[in-house]
Amino acid sequence: MSDRYDVDRVRADFPVLARTINGYPLTYLDSANTSLKPRPVVDAMSDHYLFHNANVARAMHTLGAEATAGYEGGRAKVAAFIGAATPEEIVFTKNASEALNLAANTLGAGLGVGDEIVITVMEHHSNIVPWQLVAERTGATLRWFDITDDFVLDLDKARAENLINERTKVVSFTFVSNVLGTVNPVNELSAWAHSVGARVVVDASQAVPTLDVGPISDLGADLVAFTGHKMLGPTGVGVLWGRADVLASLPPFLGGGEMIAVVEMTGSTYAEPPYRFEAGTPPIAEVVGLGAACDYLTAVGRSAITAHEADITGYALDGLRALEGIRILGPSATIDGLAVNRGGAVAFTVETADGLDVHPHDVMTMLDSRGVAVRGGHHCARPLHRRLGVTASTRLSPYLYSTRAEVDRLIEALTWTRDFFGGKR
Amino acid sequence: MSVEQLYQDIILDHYKQRHHAGLRDPYDAQVSHVNPSCGDEIMLRVALDGDRVTDVSYEAVGCSISQASTSVMSDLVIGKTVTEGLALAAEFSDMMHSQGEWEPNEDTLEDAVAFIGVAKFPARVKCALLGWSAWKDAVARATAKEES
Repeated sequence: MSDRYDVDRVRADFPVLARTINGYPLTYLDSANTSLKPRPVVDAMSDHYLFHNANVARAMHTLGAEATAGYEGGRAKVAAFIGAATPEEIVFTKNASEALNLAANTLGAGLGVGDEIVITVMEHHSNIVPWQLVAERTGATLRWFDITDDFVLDLDKARAENLINERTKVVSFTFVSNVLGTVNPVNELSAWAHSVGARVVVDASQAVPTLDVGPISDLGADLVAFTGHKMLGPTGVGVLWGRADVLASLPPFLGGGEMIAVVEMTGSTYAEPPYRFEAGTPPIAEVVGLGAACDYLTAVGRSAITAHEADITGYALDGLRALEGIRILGPSATIDGLAVNRGGAVAFTVETADGLDVHPHDVMTMLDSRGVAVRGGHHCARPLHRRLGVTASTRLSPYLYSTRAEVDRLIEALTWTRDFFGGKR
Repeated sequence: MSVEQLYQDIILDHYKQRHHAGLRDPYDAQVSHVNPSCGDEIMLRVALDGDRVTDVSYEAVGCSISQASTSVMSDLVIGKTVTEGLALAAEFSDMMHSQGEWEPNEDTLEDAVAFIGVAKFPARVKCALLGWSAWKDAVARATAKEES
């Protein structure tokens, strides 16, 4: 497929890819952490700030109308990108964490002792801690899915434990694991949760950038969170999609300007969604940038991006599997060199020939000296690492601009790192 | 700045063979410190006899820099007075915050001079300081306990 997908044309839109780091060409394989930004996204934000900047909704002059059009235009683009029924189903937050906190706090408002919240052991901290806080505050119980030795959710164990039951009020889980790359069965889990009347929240931060998730309501979830900066957009803007009737049923999260209907000193009434959940001046330029990112990804082609990522990920999995001392934490099977039903994040550990675990931070420093950017640590998923019996891991994550040559550079630098710590200096 | 200068043999040797590792009794204070950004964790105990550091023991997980630095630190402070140990901690901290512009004193810092290369990698300075921070905290608690 690489002959049909013009990766060089894509790369030309990312000026940073022309940089050298420590004398080596930049090899950016940290896109699950944050993606690089193409020129059209930065240009759109720059154009907004330089020629159309004003506050939204409340400024009744020409610039105000243009800024509002830019902001609401961004909402419409994001809605179209994920196949939402209407732009009003899109709530802008400052990141996915805030979107998940919004979900936890509004759904949590009605919880009490005896109620149960269910998450999974493979969650990012942003889909663990908000629920822990809600459970602490309301007296609800937090429970979670375990994983199997094959790195997928252990549904049999969950059934045996009666994990989802009549006390379950919320089930919240990640679409694609940011460590394992595992793709969870969103439809099946949503149907299971709905069968007991629970609300379903999905963290799609690692899914939306690569998978064509639309129409979003087909997932069966009630609320879906994701972030802009992992899909070529700027930092500072996240998204909570909600089914219209679900959003309408939720109380406000943060109070302030823009989210009200009428304010009296004795009490206030609140705006309809999505504005009910957008207190204060929103991230206007960021939404303009995110809209441009949606345009960019659409122009490159969603299915082409998915196929390219399966190719690069599959190539990386095959390369890592062939490397002595590397243990992949996640599904590693490939078919015809393509990754199968998994995200692009590939986490692994490195061991030297004499049995020394090379710590991910040392791996990261060594790779960086060769211009290779990856992430080392627990990737905001400490409980998952504990479950896997390791304290930390190294993670590569490609995106639409990644190449097989970059994977080759990673593998070469990894081999050198392993042997350096193994005493073959 | 090459990784060879960063990962000097002294550091790799201490990483592979950590001195004074493992938790031991008796002790006067025990502390747990973490580096939340990377997940490095240390539990450290200090035993004092009056003003004298009689033992430092620890259990830790982390990168070569944090592990080796803790090992070197334990070598340095065991047998010294608290005042001498704190002076060494200050000297080491100054070196680590020097961005590498520092003439390390091998007479006082001994093996710890190997960490001068780490000072040029800003992201790794906190790794080298984790064990020292835990030790200072433990000594402060042990001393406070003694006074109360």
